[in-house]
Amino acid sequence: MAILIIAEHNQQALKADTAKTVAAATKIGGDIHLLVAGFQCGAAAAEAATLAGVTKVLVADAACYQHQLAENVAALVVELGRDYSHILAAATTHGKNCLPRVAALLDVAQISDVIAVESADTFVRPIYAGNAIATVQSSDAIKVLTVRSSAFDAVANGNAAPIEAVAQATDAGLSVFVSEELTKSERPELTAAKIIISGGRGMQNGDNFKLLEGIADKLNAAIGASRAAVDAGFVPNDMQVGQTGKIVAPDLYIAVGISGAIQHLAGMKDSKVIVAINKDAEAPIFQVADYGLVADLFVALPELEAKL
Amino acid sequence: MKILVPVKRVVDYNVKVRVKADQTGVDLANVKMSLNPFCEIAVEEAVRLKEAGIATEVVVVSIGQSGAQEQLRTALALGADRAILIETELNLDSLQVAKLLAKVVGTEQPQLVIIGKQAIDSDNNQTGQMLAALTGMGQGTFASKVVVADGKVAVTREIDGGLQTVSLKLPAVVSTDLRLNEPRYASLPNIMKAKKKPLDIVTADSFGVVLQSQVKTLKVAAPAVRQAGVMVDSVDALVAKLKQEAKVI
Repeated sequence: MAILIIAEHNQQALKADTAKTVAAATKIGGDIHLLVAGFQCGAAAAEAATLAGVTKVLVADAACYQHQLAENVAALVVELGRDYSHILAAATTHGKNCLPRVAALLDVAQISDVIAVESADTFVRPIYAGNAIATVQSSDAIKVLTVRSSAFDAVANGNAAPIEAVAQATDAGLSVFVSEELTKSERPELTAAKIIISGGRGMQNGDNFKLLEGIADKLNAAIGASRAAVDAGFVPNDMQVGQTGKIVAPDLYIAVGISGAIQHLAGMKDSKVIVAINKDAEAPIFQVADYGLVADLFVALPELEAKL
Repeated sequence: MKILVPVKRVVDYNVKVRVKADQTGVDLANVKMSLNPFCEIAVEEAVRLKEAGIATEVVVVSIGQSGAQEQLRTALALGADRAILIETELNLDSLQVAKLLAKVVGTEQPQLVIIGKQAIDSDNNQTGQMLAALTGMGQGTFASKVVVADGKVAVTREIDGGLQTVSLKLPAVVSTDLRLNEPRYASLPNIMKAKKKPLDIVTADSFGVVLQSQVKTLKVAAPAVRQAGVMVDSVDALVAKLKQEAKVI
């Protein structure tokens, strides 16, 4: 039994989600092979080889994998994946894009957003925005899973797994990369941050998110937002925490001016400590908060920044 | 150009579902059902393409129990031209749904399939990608902008770090994200008109697709409840709690 994991990377470095996906694979048991598909991605492959538990790194280094388009990566994974018992990827936008295509081509089901591994064929996953937790058992020959990285602790580094090149390089010819606009930030990524401070509709506009920045700088925190704040155009959509945005579980989550809609709670309620600051004492966010402060955020935030 | 829009009947997004006491699933008795929000966005996008003169026909298809006719009528009231219900009592997996939809693509021959990225009940986020795979089409998932021109569709996708734009050969599958558009409300005259639009009902068994899922649900439990926290009365008290009690800063 061997497990194939699709690594997530930007050619130079692995995303933190990959080490967490390896942790999930470790719980299944068996050899773990990490596939790095990209272009001039040697540095990412070298980093992949250091992850504890990985027994082999497969590198598909070709121009057709540069942008890791789902059509090309899925075709590669299907070709390599037939002899594996499990194929895993992180439940990021990349994993969610590629893996169902792999599953369908292999004629097997996919189990999305796995948060716990009970055995090699039984997995736990949230449904209905996390309002119910399903335990499911798969009898497919190849189990295809996306892993919710916030539910697993990253494996350590220090390994030196062998790296093997794979020769495949087929462009399916169905899609072409046009452009990419990535948000640049000096702060940690939302899904990797130990502390997150998020703003909601109560922030009133995008400029007021500056009130969060000073606090984020002092705590080395990432800045998130509720769907309401994103829909209102305050901040870009990649900052959204929730059922359909990013799922996070930091050590500390500070929700500011966020009412606590079901779909937002689905994205952050597994955080270790939750703080809510809201002027509405009836806001549902206080029901999940460890510490609640009923206050005007325009008064409380500058004071909090000063006192940290 | 014909556009196919698969839609799903789901528990309304405002309903907080309860797990059944016997842990076999969630209690759906007397719960409000609606068109899945992402499917509504998909219907809206298809109708806008028709209004812009790019599409000529919008066909909606749903797979499920006969109650899904209600959601198909909603889609017709929003501006779709014709509906198909593939009726089954079974609770299908995304793979089986994608296989049935692939058959519909075979007979209908749409140039574009627009589908919601995720149903808010199973939260799978699989069907569009699987349908694209089974029909050999390209996929533009999590779309926040769709531009059709010259036999191609340019899809701007919401990805973890920002936005990515890909160009796909038609026919292609596009899956919708939240910010693609804001769906309209159906007007009363359009709701009346929708009642006269064609809605074909076929049985899922008639497609020759194996509908048996290889994934069995062993149990469905309620999530762990967070313990009630405490209210603090000042920023000072909050900082003190975080430093001394929670020890997170």
